[in-house]
Amino acid sequence: MLLSRTLLRRHNVLPGFDLALGFALLYLSCIVLIPLSAAFLRTFALTWPQFWDTVTSPRVVASYRLTFGASFAAALVNAIFGLIVAWVLVRYPFPGKRVVDALVDLPFALPTAVAGIALTAIYAKNGWIGQWLPFKVSFTPLGVFVALVFIGLPFVVRTLQPVFEDVNRELEEVAATLGATRWQTFLRVIFPIVTPALLTGFALAFARALGEYGSVIFIAGNLPMVSEITPLLIITKLEQYDYAGATAIAVVMLVIAFVLLLAINLLQAWSRRRTGGL
Amino acid sequence: MSSTPLALPGATLPVAVPPRKALAATAESAWVRRLLIGVALAFLVLFLFVPLATVFAEAFKKGIDVYLAAISESDALASIELTLISAGVAVPLNLVFGIAAAWAIAKFDFRGKQVLLTLIDLPFSVSPVIAGLIHVLIFGLQGWFGEWLRDHDLKVIFAVPGIVLATVFVTFPFVARELIPLMQAQGNEAEEAARVLGASGWQIFWRVTLPNVKWALLYGVILCNARAMGEFGAVSVVSGHIRGQTNTMPLHIEILYNEYQFAAAFAVASLLAALALATLVFNYLVEQRVHAQMRAPLIEPQTNPGATR
Repeated sequence: MLLSRTLLRRHNVLPGFDLALGFALLYLSCIVLIPLSAAFLRTFALTWPQFWDTVTSPRVVASYRLTFGASFAAALVNAIFGLIVAWVLVRYPFPGKRVVDALVDLPFALPTAVAGIALTAIYAKNGWIGQWLPFKVSFTPLGVFVALVFIGLPFVVRTLQPVFEDVNRELEEVAATLGATRWQTFLRVIFPIVTPALLTGFALAFARALGEYGSVIFIAGNLPMVSEITPLLIITKLEQYDYAGATAIAVVMLVIAFVLLLAINLLQAWSRRRTGGL
Repeated sequence: MSSTPLALPGATLPVAVPPRKALAATAESAWVRRLLIGVALAFLVLFLFVPLATVFAEAFKKGIDVYLAAISESDALASIELTLISAGVAVPLNLVFGIAAAWAIAKFDFRGKQVLLTLIDLPFSVSPVIAGLIHVLIFGLQGWFGEWLRDHDLKVIFAVPGIVLATVFVTFPFVARELIPLMQAQGNEAEEAARVLGASGWQIFWRVTLPNVKWALLYGVILCNARAMGEFGAVSVVSGHIRGQTNTMPLHIEILYNEYQFAAAFAVASLLAALALATLVFNYLVEQRVHAQMRAPLIEPQTNPGATR
């Protein structure tokens, strides 16, 4: 009764608002909000200098560099190839297209540990791909990058596909009539329309890569200062019963994740305005 | 009189269906098309097909006997059982939440709706490792309830309840996210009509809403289940890795792999990969029905007023 009286914007004849929203809020609080707040509250056990020293110690900073660098590079590669894959899937017919389209979601469905051991085997010295490469991939930072490309792959493709489908073909015809080459039409007409969606996909892939653990730890080799990602460092601290240290790093990662979530929401709103206006 | 309608259709034709031949000016040359298809396929083969094929190739490398032994060994069976248990608890819980949240968000207009939508997505942006960590901070020995739990001889962390809680957290948004857009697109007319005809709330839900969203619901459940069974990071933090007791399938794979039992690790992994493939096939079948449903209600409101007036 209370919820519907205070929150509802207009009268609605349908029943169940109080029960549904009440249960949803209670469940959300118990499962997500209270546990997450625990991480923030527990950092208050540390003084500010202690917190700062923990999250800026050399080993932690090295892990940020790897995590952010590899995530950024992987998201960039996914943005470029995801753009091509989405374009091909929307515009061109080819045999087996439906199977390929369905398989794009594989990184969402395949457990990360399975992906991790498979990628490690492929890029190992005697693996299917590793044996042909003149440099090492498994157990190096490059391996981290490969794993992050795999898990971020569907994000750009899946955010771009509906936008490409909605691109008004008449705009392309107008560009062609006005004498634009196909490449000019793509750069000046199509690309600006899909830019917000492309950035959204990039940000989603980047955000996912930052927190990724399962697929990375098998292929990374996990050498401190070299190929150790930040989530692994949290686990290492936990295993040493350094709860405060683990929580401090986790809070840094959480704050970054929330900032990214906000950025993604803004990008999506921009994307809707951009495509809705045409 | 008869000549004007003939001349006009070309000009008034809806934008959505341009004549086929006009597309020629807006198409790429054949070699560009082939090059782009080639690049796209090469990328997907390298990053999707090869890893998938590797799982099965490595699993059967040492023969079918080794494969069968690996998946029927007692620790493997225990891990399969635990995986089924944790998914069996997490999926129904998140299903009920998803339905409740979708009902409130899609059928009602209330203050703070946008905030609630963002909060539902929150677990997706939290690293799985942190998802595990927060449960340790609450239920671990040094956690908020640590001493109370110990005094009452209850174990959450390094035991099954912790694994279930971490799984619930990680798979929290799936069902809600599938249901909300569809239910929003479908609108309230059907439910309101049922209400006017005297249906109770539960009757409306079971007889009107549920049949309309059943495919999206199933789709959400399948995705939720795939993630629940495959979750690694969060479960790894809270499990304690006790063989035969607190190892889910992904954790069992990790242990086998670290012990250099590669064939066995890939054998168990192939079961999860098969589940992922089944999820994709199902995903594909259901998506087409959901898409058909998403389109249907957009047409109905236009035709109905005309029919009643």
